[in-house]
Amino acid sequence: MQQLVAVVIDGIIYSAWLFVAAVGLTLIYGVMKILNVAHGSFYALGAYAAASIAGALLAGGMPPMLSYAVLLGAALLVAIVLGPLIERGILRFMYARDEVVILLITYALFLILEDVIKLIWGVDPYFIAEPYGLLGSFDVADLTYPYYNLILVGVAIACGAGLAWTLTRTKTGKLLLAVIHDTEVSRAMGINVGRFYMVTFTFGSLLAAIGGAFTAPTVSVVPGLGVEVIVLSFAVVVIGGLGSLPGAALGAVIVGLVRSATIHYLPQAELFVIYLVMAMVLAFRPRGLFMLAEARKI
Amino acid sequence: MQRTRKLVASIAAAALCVPALAVAQDAAPIKVGVVTFLSGPAAGPFGVPARNAAEITIEMLNGGKVPKPYDQKGFGGARLQMVLVDESGGTTTQVTEFRNLVQRDNVDVVIGYISSGSCLGIAPVAEELKTLTVFFDCGTPRIFEERDYKYVFRTSSTATMDSVGAALYVKDLKPNAKVIAGLNQNYAWGQDSWGDFELSMKQIFPKIEVATSQMPKLFAGQYNAEISTLLNAKADVIHSSFWDGDLEAFILQAGPRGLFKRSVVVLTTGETAMYKLADKIPDGVVIGARGPYGPYAPDNELNKWYSATFQDRYNVPPNYAAYQMTQAILGTKAAWEKAQAANGGKRPSIDQVIAAFERLTFTGPGGEVRMAIGKGHQAITETAYGVTKKVGGKMTVANVKRYPAETVNPPDGVKAADWIKNGFKK
Repeated sequence: MQQLVAVVIDGIIYSAWLFVAAVGLTLIYGVMKILNVAHGSFYALGAYAAASIAGALLAGGMPPMLSYAVLLGAALLVAIVLGPLIERGILRFMYARDEVVILLITYALFLILEDVIKLIWGVDPYFIAEPYGLLGSFDVADLTYPYYNLILVGVAIACGAGLAWTLTRTKTGKLLLAVIHDTEVSRAMGINVGRFYMVTFTFGSLLAAIGGAFTAPTVSVVPGLGVEVIVLSFAVVVIGGLGSLPGAALGAVIVGLVRSATIHYLPQAELFVIYLVMAMVLAFRPRGLFMLAEARKI
Repeated sequence: MQRTRKLVASIAAAALCVPALAVAQDAAPIKVGVVTFLSGPAAGPFGVPARNAAEITIEMLNGGKVPKPYDQKGFGGARLQMVLVDESGGTTTQVTEFRNLVQRDNVDVVIGYISSGSCLGIAPVAEELKTLTVFFDCGTPRIFEERDYKYVFRTSSTATMDSVGAALYVKDLKPNAKVIAGLNQNYAWGQDSWGDFELSMKQIFPKIEVATSQMPKLFAGQYNAEISTLLNAKADVIHSSFWDGDLEAFILQAGPRGLFKRSVVVLTTGETAMYKLADKIPDGVVIGARGPYGPYAPDNELNKWYSATFQDRYNVPPNYAAYQMTQAILGTKAAWEKAQAANGGKRPSIDQVIAAFERLTFTGPGGEVRMAIGKGHQAITETAYGVTKKVGGKMTVANVKRYPAETVNPPDGVKAADWIKNGFKK
């Protein structure tokens, strides 16, 4: 029983991390039909910005409790500066091209941003561990967990719920849904599609940067941080269905729980279990769990 | 007659030119390919210190500023020219880069490789291209156990030394240990490290129980579930050969969860993180440095010079990756100059350098290195372990125990696993 509780808790924590990292990817694909490989770079940039800004402020005497706000602020800074710059400066000129071409362009952006990270921060690791242990810890089933993990879960729930609420309960969200369903008709109806693209890309990038910023206190922030994340994020959104918000949530929960159960009960299989789940889902639902077959437009 | 004079003059001129050509050839620079991680998670803790070590060692050798017995400039008087390559990108990339080094850059010798995966991939290619290749850090014992190599050498000990040394240290530290657990990366280095440690512990403690062996993938970064299983294991001893950013992430995540309080944690490569994360590592964690390096380095003139020179240049003490890089360069220099001496002072051929390298004994900043196993291609050194202890807020190691090379390395021609299973018999 004790182990089962641990499986669930570890699974939820991992799912929360995965969801925050992946949900921006699915949002951008859903609206813009772009498989954004540079998503991993925004995650890494969020982590680097959080580690360096929070580290500098803490060294300058900032009360440690404010570091959580600084993590969020750092992610916002990354997204607001780079999101519109990349979307308006590069991607908008490519929308007419094939999806595969845009995929390659985002891959190129990923490589460029990886080098930009090395130019700015070098290759030495950055640490901002204070926020992780600051709130203390709680015990469950003879295991100790820092309260910080609850913050991660809270951030994931806030991101998911906020996004769902925006999409379904606000005028902006409904306009965005119209853009998702049919860009051409939306444009004909007077919706400024370009602006929606820019806002969506920036918001999706913000979600990635938040993922990186709130992960920074638990890891060594080093070059290549975004590589692993982008691979896992793709797995999650493919399981759920590309472009589906509930799909990303369910995909993250499935991957998180299956990985956690494997580590606890069959650690030898941990290496491939995520991809096994993905393969099984795709075998039965080639478009993912939440995507319906689409009639071909003629 | 005039033709004869011309012929004599030509022969005389040619004869005069021969020594000049020989001198020019001897003085030609030796191109050394240096391969280490310059990007990715291993760059900061391993690759960059190793690159710095290569830069400073080659610079000092070229300037003739290294203490005896390495005070001759370069290799046998010939200047060294470094060609630096990034080790990141995976084995396939590294094989291509190696071919580029040999076939495009025409290097005379390649010194490098941190990842065991890289070494396993490069060794057969080095053999195919007949290029003297010296591995400076990678640890998997498989390289010289699975086949013989003529052109490949490794001047650092294998993971077997780390694992056997760790088990012997545990024997003294926790003589009543009953349960062990492991957290190692799922590739050659992690698997071999855990395999040797588990076997050694079973030899030393026949009734030892293995609670769990966790093998997350390299660069996974998130270890909450693994840490839960280790906490649940309630093991007396937890062994981890984690390195790079993974080691640092594990320390950051395990500390607040009380893992270091619940079990004795053995970090076989912990030296690379112990200063950076000094405030996150509590007292009592067993720290290894993959040999007598860093805090375990001997108090000899070479080490005093090396650590002071490195510290002056880079404002940090050299870690074990830096020691091992310098050790590899000095070992190659020792072999080169031994071959050159045997060749009447002329630049030796690569075959002559190889003959001199086999079974060579030389001294590095970490002490004596003997190319004693792997048919003279694999080094053995002593090793040391200790536990972390903060003294005046500064991280140190206490309760240090040293293990002679023969105690922690298998004899020549015997596979590490067989040697351990046979009760470490010589």
